[in-house]
Amino acid sequence: MTALMTLKNVTYQVEDNLILKDINLTVPAGAHYTMTGPSGSGKSTLLRLMAAMISKTRGDLIFDGQPIESYDPIMYRREVSYCFQQPTLFGATVADNLAFPYQIRKQTMDTAHVTAALDYVGLSAKQLTQKIEDLSGGERQRVALIRNILFLPKILLLDEVTAGLDTANKDIIHEWLRHLNQDRQVTTIMITHDTTEIEAADQLLRVVDGRLEVGA
Amino acid sequence: MNLVVNNTSLFLAAMLVLVALAISLWQKLGLDKDIIIGVVRAVIQLFIVGYLLKYIFRVNNFWLTTAMILFIIFNAAWNAQKRGAGIAHALPISFLAIFVSTGVTLGVLVLAGAIKFIPSQMIPISGMIASNSMVAIGLAYRSLNSQFHDQRQGVLERLALGAGLMDASIAIVREAIRTGMSPTIDSAKTVGLVSLPGMMSGLIFAGVDPVRAIKYQIMVTFMLLSATSLGSIIACYLAYRNFYNEQKQLK
Repeated sequence: MTALMTLKNVTYQVEDNLILKDINLTVPAGAHYTMTGPSGSGKSTLLRLMAAMISKTRGDLIFDGQPIESYDPIMYRREVSYCFQQPTLFGATVADNLAFPYQIRKQTMDTAHVTAALDYVGLSAKQLTQKIEDLSGGERQRVALIRNILFLPKILLLDEVTAGLDTANKDIIHEWLRHLNQDRQVTTIMITHDTTEIEAADQLLRVVDGRLEVGA
Repeated sequence: MNLVVNNTSLFLAAMLVLVALAISLWQKLGLDKDIIIGVVRAVIQLFIVGYLLKYIFRVNNFWLTTAMILFIIFNAAWNAQKRGAGIAHALPISFLAIFVSTGVTLGVLVLAGAIKFIPSQMIPISGMIASNSMVAIGLAYRSLNSQFHDQRQGVLERLALGAGLMDASIAIVREAIRTGMSPTIDSAKTVGLVSLPGMMSGLIFAGVDPVRAIKYQIMVTFMLLSATSLGSIIACYLAYRNFYNEQKQLK
C-alpha cells in the first residue's frame, strides 16, 4: 500500500516543553490504527498536529506526496478530518450541524445522503429537527461523527470518540468505523484507553512521554 | 441667550465635587485621589478645548477643521483599541473604522444639507459621531475577546471540519456587531422618554424652541445608528482574523 501520510522526525515544542519527540510514522492508505498511551503522553497533540490544528516545531509531515506546508490548511482539513472527544454541537438542531459541512462548501444539504448516514448509525431523519439538548451522549457523538464524514475525508482522526459511551453506542460506532475503513477506504487513526478496543486492534500505536512506539 | 454661568457660579458649583469626595472618604472607597485628578483634568482639558475651538471657529479654515476632526478620530481610535487588548493592529483597525463611520455619516449630513461644513457644526458633530463609534467598537472588541475565549471549542471544531475563518467565526462576529450596536438602538427606543439627550438638552438649555431641538435630535439618532453600525462592522470584520495565525489555526 502507498503511504498516505509520512511523519519524519516530527517534534512539537511549546516554549521549553518538548511534547512530541522525533515522531516517525508511515500511514498507508486504507490503514486502521489504534493509538493508546498514558494520559498527557501527547496522543491528542499528535492527532491535532496531523490534522493541521497545530503546527510542528521541526521535522517533515508529508500528506499525499506533498509537504503539509504546500496545502491550504482549510482544504487539508477537509481531507484529514479530526473528531473531538467531547464534541460541541452547533446551532439549535441536528440539521444545523449536518448542514454545516455543506454550508462551508457553498452547497445545499443533500437530505438523502444525510438521511442515509443517520440511518447507518441508528438515527432517523425525524431527528433532523430534534433539539441538540435533547440528544443523549451517544447520539451527540454520532451526530458529530456524521459531520466529519458527510464529505468523505482521506484520513479520519478520532480522539477517544467512544469514551464514556455505553456498549450499545460503542458497538454502533465500531461497526460504522469498520464500514468507513473497509468499504469506503477511509484511513482511520483512533485514540482509545478502552482495553477491548486495544485488544481488538490490528495495528497498535503507543505514545509514551512524547515518543511513538509502533506495533507495541 | 439665557445662559448665566460665570466664574463665581462655576466656583460655587465646584462645591459639588466635595459631595463626591465626602462620600469617597466616608465609605472608604479610595476614590478621592481619582476624583481630584479627574476634576483637575476635566477643567484643564475643557479650558484648552474651549479656547482652541474659539480660535478654530474664528479662523474658519477648511484644513484646520479637517485636522481637528482627524485629531478627534485618532483619540477615539486610541481609546477604542484599549478595549481590544490582545487584538493585533487594534489601533489602525479602530482608526479606519471610526474614520469611515464618521466620514460617511458626516458626508451624508453635509450632502443632505442638515449641517454645513463650518467648524462650529462639523467639529461638535464629528465628536458625537466618533465617540459613539468608539464606544460601539470598544464593546465589539470586548465581545470578540470574550467569545473567542468562551467558544474556543466550537471554533476549533468548525476549523477541524474544514471551515474557513469566516465560517468558523461568523456567529461570534455577528454577536460582537450586535453588542456594539445595541446601546445606540436601546437609547433610540427610549430617547425623550428616559432621557433628554445631550444635543437636544443643550439646544433647549440655550433657549431654542423644543420642537426645533427635537429635529436635531432626530438627526443625531439617525447619524449615531449609521456610525455605530458602520464602526462595529468594519472593526469586527477586520479584527476577527487576528484571532488566527498564518496557518489558519486559532491562536
